Amino acid sequence: MSDFQPRIVVFACNWCSYAGADLAGVSRMQYPPTTRVIRVMCSGRVTPGFILEAFRLGADGVLVTGCHPGDCHYISGNEKAVVAVEKARQLMALLGLKTDRLRLEWISAAEGTRFARLMTGFTERMRELGPSRLGSPHRHELHELVVPDAVGVDA
Amino acid sequence: MAFDEIVRLTRSYYCLDCGKCTGSCPVARVDVTYSPRGTIESVLSGHPEELINNHHLWSCLTCGLCTTRCPSSVDYPAFVVAARVQARKTGVEGIYAHNAIMQQLMGIMGGSVQQNRTGWLTDGLQTSARGDDFYFVGCLPYFDVIFDDLGVVSTDAARNTVRLLNAVGIVPVVSNDERCCGADLLLNGDEEGFIKLAEVNVQVIADSGAKRVIFSCPECYNAFRSDYPRYVGSLPFELVHLTELLAGRMDELELCEVPETVTYHDPCRLGRYLGIYDEPRAVIEGVPGVELVEMRKNRSNALCCGSTGWVNCGRCAKEIQMERLRQAQATGATRMITVCPKCRIHLSCALKDAGDEIAVALEDLTGLLGRALDR
Repeated sequence: MSDFQPRIVVFACNWCSYAGADLAGVSRMQYPPTTRVIRVMCSGRVTPGFILEAFRLGADGVLVTGCHPGDCHYISGNEKAVVAVEKARQLMALLGLKTDRLRLEWISAAEGTRFARLMTGFTERMRELGPSRLGSPHRHELHELVVPDAVGVDA
Repeated sequence: MAFDEIVRLTRSYYCLDCGKCTGSCPVARVDVTYSPRGTIESVLSGHPEELINNHHLWSCLTCGLCTTRCPSSVDYPAFVVAARVQARKTGVEGIYAHNAIMQQLMGIMGGSVQQNRTGWLTDGLQTSARGDDFYFVGCLPYFDVIFDDLGVVSTDAARNTVRLLNAVGIVPVVSNDERCCGADLLLNGDEEGFIKLAEVNVQVIADSGAKRVIFSCPECYNAFRSDYPRYVGSLPFELVHLTELLAGRMDELELCEVPETVTYHDPCRLGRYLGIYDEPRAVIEGVPGVELVEMRKNRSNALCCGSTGWVNCGRCAKEIQMERLRQAQATGATRMITVCPKCRIHLSCALKDAGDEIAVALEDLTGLLGRALDR
């Protein structure tokens, strides 16, 4: 396994996904320290502009998470997230960015285990894909940090 | 450059305070708090920081109507762009439309990407990897994705352009590596991002062996013509707009009758900026059966499409677009012909919400020609 630590931006909606992330934390579930979670009130707030900005700034992967369809706290915000992610995916294809680097997942507040498992799985996939070509100039500085190995989640 | 330099280069010192600019400005007409005269005066009176921190710095459409009427020829659009460069240096930016998707795309394209952007080409269109003529497509493939809910297929213009070029015996180079021309980055004061894109584009074109670059987009054309030489040096190739190329060659095209009444919307970049008014008209009138009627505000008096640089879309823009649509409607034409892909997008966006009030349809100039080739 290489020492490449992917930098993953996770958009998590306040009512479901972020709460799910909290549950993973409170339950002491382990997952790789590669994710940077940005809390939004609703996954519908996430626009193609946000997603591309994350990649422009050097993110290797972007994970958009929200409430399950039908459960959105704002009724239909997560439907907007579907449209936004699809648009971003098409733009990434034009730009030559691997579309696997963008993923949309529905995570409820009760799914702490699932959150941890998804973060682990997505990190693995990003390791397979390697660093993004748009890598930030500060990437080399990150390799000098000592990052403890994450213990995989048995689930 | 500091503001005294900006004032000197844009001739702002010669401002007579006459207010003709504000009287002409499409933004001021809708938003009375905006004043080009007031903007110049606030800097001349020694308070450039008032301008930098004012949201109105980003309201200017750079349409140039003011500067064509200014008795002192103050270059107001250049003044605004230079002020935006200064603002950006202090960390101030405008509020970008569509959550800055366009600016993000331009930023990414300035880096090392291996695009996959020529999928819009269809069978029957002849292009090559190397040649004398390079067709600069611009952001059309990206517009297709971003504006697909408007029902505007921007790459139709690209396909029709290649078709038209083929019809006059030109097999253009279409490159997978061209980037956004960067005009909108420069308009928003991002010289650094603009230069990155310009340098790559010039290299890509030079590598293709092309001696001439053909544009369908007026904004890209103007960027290469007016801005590229200032920032990346004189260009090793000629530049021409599609309408300039076709204007004298309409008899080479086998066009069928299109018995329609249309009006033509002069884009700011082709019109006031480059003085190209006759060629697009010659192309439109070269289609048999077409009757071209003029809007009251045409040529150098043409009203801007209301939105520029993806930075000032809002109530103001919509009012300006509705006014333009009403002007088109008043001619009795069934269609308004646009030649700029962005004018088309902005006016289509307003048309979508105009409902029954506006009966005029919008069409790209290449679309009109494409229909004439089809029949």
